[in-house]
Amino acid sequence: MSAEHVVSVRLYVVVWVTLLIFTGLTTGVAYIDLGVFNTVVALAIAVAKMLLVVLFFMHVKYTTGIPRVVMVAAIFWLAIMMSITLADELTRGWTPVAHAWGSGTLLPILPHLLR
Amino acid sequence: MAEMAQPSHGHDAHVPELVHQFETVEQQREAGTLGMWLFLATEILFFGGMFCSYLVYRSLHPHAFEIGSHLLEVKFGATNTAVLICSSLTMAMAIRSAQTGKSKRTIITYLVITILLGLTFIGVKLYFEWYHDYLEHIVPGFGFQYHADWGSSGPMVQMFMVFYFILTGIHALHMVIGVGILTVMIIMAARGRFSSHYFAPLDISGLYWHFVDIIWIFLFPLLYLIGGRYATGGH
Repeated sequence: MSAEHVVSVRLYVVVWVTLLIFTGLTTGVAYIDLGVFNTVVALAIAVAKMLLVVLFFMHVKYTTGIPRVVMVAAIFWLAIMMSITLADELTRGWTPVAHAWGSGTLLPILPHLLR
Repeated sequence: MAEMAQPSHGHDAHVPELVHQFETVEQQREAGTLGMWLFLATEILFFGGMFCSYLVYRSLHPHAFEIGSHLLEVKFGATNTAVLICSSLTMAMAIRSAQTGKSKRTIITYLVITILLGLTFIGVKLYFEWYHDYLEHIVPGFGFQYHADWGSSGPMVQMFMVFYFILTGIHALHMVIGVGILTVMIIMAARGRFSSHYFAPLDISGLYWHFVDIIWIFLFPLLYLIGGRYATGGH
């Protein structure tokens, strides 16, 4: 039978050390003022760490087919949920409806749109 | 029914763990892996819903979230991140030991170290973090007290702490479940159930354990490192 790919101990240790270095790095960077890039760097390091765990510890580098599709689909659904939620949340102020509501006009939004 | 032909089990019929609906042990293992990834997809969206609401509140109240984040101690968050990364290594090594046909003593040793690291994580969370948060009156619902210097941000600082306790609480619950799963794996290993031909339960438990590690890899910067620590110098 074709057994699952055996990852070498050396590679596991390299991944482990890299993850520990990244943890130190993300903690250290928090003490340096980078403005908004503090968050960007922290998230970039988190994504890099996630990829290391997923590819090597979870053997996705050696897994093919449907499990990979499921994983990518999960990330895609997550992206849909977050982007649609934010598309709503960040654009609520754009629509001048709420204060005109109940004014008796049939289409309270119209005067604002035509202004 | 007697005239029906016996279903073929292929060339892996001698492996006792092969159940009848699969042709080969390999096919059985892949089906199990797929099932676990499907479960993890639901978990990604379960945690994703909380991350999403966190994102909305943080974008609306960045200053309050920064104050809240600075109530947490980076040293414990960073230590626990390292502890979980170490436990992921020993988990991977436990699976590798079964894969390469090592003795059950080796497999059990790696699993016990993994559990001990998991319990260390939970211990640090419970005692050094949550218990001290309670003493400092920053646990929502348990005598939460606003600080004067928070100003009007007070309620949203409390909201940050709600996110903190729900996210880390549900993550810690996953850790406890993981410790339970690994305990079952130790019992299975002690009964000699794993070999280089059959280690699927171990493999699948590993996927769960690593997933819980990944959630923490995101929780650490999102909860502990908001807005950096340079202004206050941290704790």
